[in-house]
Amino acid sequence: MVEATGVSGYEGSVGKVIHEVFAAQTDQVTTDTLGNVISLKRGEGENRAKVMLAAHMDEIGLMVTKIEEKGFLRFISIGGVDQRTLVAQEVRVHGRRDLIGVIGMKPPHLLTPEDADKAIKMEDMVIDLGLTEEEVKAVVAVGDLVTVNRNLIPLSGDFVAAKALDDRAAVAAIYHCLSELCRMRHTADVYAVATVQEEVGSRGALVSAYHVQPDIGIAIDVCHGEMPGVPEQYTAPLGKGPSVALGANIHPKVYERLTELAKEHNIPFAIDPIPGPTGTDAWTMQVTRAGIPTGLVSIPLRYMHTSVETLSINDIKLTGRLLAYFVASVDRKFVEGLLCY
Amino acid sequence: MLLKRLSEAFGPSGYEGEVRDLLTQELETCVSNWRRDALGNLIAVKTGTRGPKVMLAAHMDECGLMISFIDKSGLLRFRKVGGLDDRILVSKHVVIGSKRVAGVIGAKAIHLQKPAERNQVISLNDLYIDIGAKSKEEAEKMVKLGDYAVFATEFGYLSDTAVKGKSFDDRAGCAVLAEVLREDYAFTLYGAFTVQEEIGLRGAGVAAYALEPDFAVVLEGTTCNDVPGSEEHGYSTTMGGGPAITVMDASVVSDRRLVGELERLARENNIPVQYKRSITGGSDAGRINQTKGGIPVVVVSVPCRYIHSPVSMLSLRDFDHTIQLIKLFLRSVEGGFML
Repeated sequence: MVEATGVSGYEGSVGKVIHEVFAAQTDQVTTDTLGNVISLKRGEGENRAKVMLAAHMDEIGLMVTKIEEKGFLRFISIGGVDQRTLVAQEVRVHGRRDLIGVIGMKPPHLLTPEDADKAIKMEDMVIDLGLTEEEVKAVVAVGDLVTVNRNLIPLSGDFVAAKALDDRAAVAAIYHCLSELCRMRHTADVYAVATVQEEVGSRGALVSAYHVQPDIGIAIDVCHGEMPGVPEQYTAPLGKGPSVALGANIHPKVYERLTELAKEHNIPFAIDPIPGPTGTDAWTMQVTRAGIPTGLVSIPLRYMHTSVETLSINDIKLTGRLLAYFVASVDRKFVEGLLCY
Repeated sequence: MLLKRLSEAFGPSGYEGEVRDLLTQELETCVSNWRRDALGNLIAVKTGTRGPKVMLAAHMDECGLMISFIDKSGLLRFRKVGGLDDRILVSKHVVIGSKRVAGVIGAKAIHLQKPAERNQVISLNDLYIDIGAKSKEEAEKMVKLGDYAVFATEFGYLSDTAVKGKSFDDRAGCAVLAEVLREDYAFTLYGAFTVQEEIGLRGAGVAAYALEPDFAVVLEGTTCNDVPGSEEHGYSTTMGGGPAITVMDASVVSDRRLVGELERLARENNIPVQYKRSITGGSDAGRINQTKGGIPVVVVSVPCRYIHSPVSMLSLRDFDHTIQLIKLFLRSVEGGFML
C-alpha cells in the first residue's frame, strides 16, 4: 500500500489495492462518489449494531503548477509538507506515465556561506526530469501529482520506514482486525472504510459516515512516536502498542471499553489525552448526521509527513487485535448505553 | 552496466574497498599488472614500449557519513565525510557499513513545528540515523562506532540518454577510466583509481609520487548547475554540452598544451566540448600537479547535476563523448603528441 500512489483527492490507485484486500475479507465492497472504499463484514443474528472503522488512504504530495523552459517543473504541496524534506529528493511524477525526477539543489562547491544557512523555499525548487521540454510536455501536464519515490525500508526487528504510513498503516490495522474477526464471533456489522482526503480536511470520513450511518465510529490514525527534540508528553513509544485517545472527540464509554479490553487481553497501550480537535477522521465522524459516538486508536509513528515515516509492525497488529476485540464486544445493549450520559 | 554498479557501490572516503574490488574484477584481463599502495589507491598498469608515461586518474571515494555516537535509545549520531550540505540529509534512506544496515534520517513532524522552524536549516547536531533499534545494545549488534553510511540510491534511466544515481562524482570518472583501459596503447599508461579525494585530495598525490608520469589527465564528474534559479554565467557546466575541460579550478591551472590538444581533437572529430566555467572546488589534479618537480595536468569531466547529494544526474551522451575524447587523446599520444 505504501508504494502505491494516492495523494489527497486522487486516491484511485491505492484505492484499487485496498479494494482487493478488503474484498477477500468482507461480504461486500463498494467505492463511493468521492472514492472512499467501503466494505462490510456482517455480524451474526438480527438487529445488528453497526461499527465503522475508518482509516484514511490518502497521502500528502505535490502538484505540478508550471512547466518551465527546458522542462523543469514548479510545484505546490497538497497537505502539510515540510519544504525541508523535499531537498535532494527523488520523486515520481504521475503524468500520462510515471516519470522519475529529482528535486535538485546547488552543489556545495557553488554555494555562498549565506545560502547554506537558509532553508530552501518550495517556490524556489524545481523538479528535474532529465528530459527536454518537448519530452516533458508530451507526458506531464499542469495539475499532475508528484510523490516521493520511496519503497518500503525494512529496519531492525519489526520496524519499517516508508512514505504514506500515515495512514495506510491504519488501513493495515483494519486488515488485521478483519483477519482476527474471521476467527471470532461478532454480532455487529463492521464497515471497514478507507477514506479519502483526510490530509486536506477529513472530507472522505464525513460523507462515508453519512452513508454508513454507524452506531459507533472508530478512527484509526497515527500519532507522534517518541524521538529526540520532541517533548515526551506529545509522543508515544514505538513498539509498545497503540495509543487510545480520550477527550471531547471521544465518547467516554468507547474509550472505557477500548482500554478495558486492552487490559483484559494484555494488549499494551498508551493513553493519548486530546482536549480539542484530534485532527483525524474521528473529528468529522462525530458530528455526522445526528451525532456518532466515536473513538480513536492511533499507531505511534516517527517523522510524520516525511518520506521516512517509521513505525513498528507489531504496533499495527496490536491495534488490529484491539479493534477486533472491540468489535466483538459491541452489542445492542452497549450501543443503547452510549446515549445514557 | 559498469556505471550502474560503480554508482551503487559503497565507498566513502577512507573505505573504498568495494569500489576497488569491483574495478579489479572488471578490468582483470585488461591490465599488465596492478599496483596498490599504503593508502588504498588502485593502479592499473598497462606497460608500453615507447613514448611517455601517462597517468589517468579518477577517484573512487564518495561523500558519506560516519557513525560517531550511539545513544541510549539506539539512535545513531553521525559526522559528515566530505562536503555535504546539511540540508540534503533530511528525510533520506541511508545504508550503514558494507552489510548495508538500513537506516533513515527523519525529522520532527510538521505538526509539531512552529511555522518559523520550516525556514530554518536543521542543524547536524539535531539529526540522527534511525535503524529501528530499540536500545543501544540492539544497535551495537548491527553498527559500530566509525562505521560509514552512504545514501541508498538506485541507479536508473530517466530517458535513453539521462541517468540518475548516487556519487557520479566520481564514479562517472571511474567508469570513463575503466572503458579507456579496455584498449591497448603503445606507451605506458597508468590508470589510477584514487582514494580520499573528497576529504582533501589525499590519494592522488601519493599515487603520482610513486608513478612519476610525464603528464596526467584527471577524469571527474563535476558541478553542473544549468537549472532555474541560476544565472547562465553560474552554470559551471551544461548537461548535454559535452565533456567539460577545466582550464583552472581552486586547486590547479591546467596545462595549456593539454587543453589545446583536447580542443583540437574535439573540433576535428565533431565532439562537443565545453569549458568548466567555475573555479570553486578542487580536484586530484591539484595534488598531481604539485607532486615532485611538478607534473602537467588537465581535468576532463562529465557534467553532473546535483553532485554531493543523494541523487545526481548525467547525460550518457556526455559520458560517451568523454570516453571517446580521452581515447582520441591517448591515440594522439601514441601518434607522437608530446609536451
